[in-house]
Amino acid sequence: MSSFRVSVHITPRRGILDPQGKAVAGALHSLGFDGVKDVHVGRYIVVETDADNATAAEFDVRSMCERLLANPVIEDFEIESAATG
Amino acid sequence: MKFGIVTFPGSNSDYDAFRAVADTLGETAVYLWHKDHDLQNVDVVILPGGFSYGDYLRAGAIARFSPIMREVEAHANRGAPVIGICNGFQIACEAGLLPGALLKNSKLQFVSAPVAIRVENNDTMFTIQYERGAVLTIPIAHGDGRFTADAQTLDMLEASDRVVFRYVDSRGNASPEGNPNGSDRNIAGIVNATGNVIGLMPHPERALDQLLGSADGIPFFESILATVAA
Repeated sequence: MSSFRVSVHITPRRGILDPQGKAVAGALHSLGFDGVKDVHVGRYIVVETDADNATAAEFDVRSMCERLLANPVIEDFEIESAATG
Repeated sequence: MKFGIVTFPGSNSDYDAFRAVADTLGETAVYLWHKDHDLQNVDVVILPGGFSYGDYLRAGAIARFSPIMREVEAHANRGAPVIGICNGFQIACEAGLLPGALLKNSKLQFVSAPVAIRVENNDTMFTIQYERGAVLTIPIAHGDGRFTADAQTLDMLEASDRVVFRYVDSRGNASPEGNPNGSDRNIAGIVNATGNVIGLMPHPERALDQLLGSADGIPFFESILATVAA
């Protein structure tokens, strides 16, 4: 067993109204960032876990996302490659 | 009839629900601690409003794994009544007892106010004492009440008459102005396919006395008394 850090990005599912992202986009426009087309505000989770190898750590975190960390009705998630640590 | 009200860490409407049962209905109410595994032979389970586990991760996401929820799910799967109010609705969705999910209000603000809701289906064990189409005044108090589901699920809910309550404006229309949280199709409450699990964001247990603004919540509880065999 080794220790791994696995990072997950959770964002509102595309097509679902994200009022937080819209509010941030509006504020950026008022700061003069006219090029901003859209903003999505989500969540960043770092899981520190023991696993046999990086693939197993990522597999575990995928299962965690499906069962708890993300809600598939309203959210998408992306898992970064596991880092030793 | 015996009602069990689940208390999660962060529940705050459990006492209101208790009072609705014990004082308004004159029936037996017991609190069920979230760590217990015993439903104490209750006939009806209420998942009350509040902020279980501080709404960490997502509203209801952690409470859904509380030990007692296994028994609550078994109770629901037996066809016995489960009422999810506000945070209880969020927990029921997270637990898969009801379809869809509840998102942050479209205007991003917590809304605590009496709202108008229309009874869309009075042929349920929770609404039989209302007239179909009746407009009720019931308070809401939530920041994450925007019911959403994919279009296919919404169409299925409508086609099977599972939308029980809808937010309406002062003229009784399900318009954007009448919608306090931006929920899909103005949905305020739904039932499951077998009609024994209801989830709603408004608080009928806080509308029991005209002196406090509305008594429109009383028939909600009387309906259960009239339809559920103890």
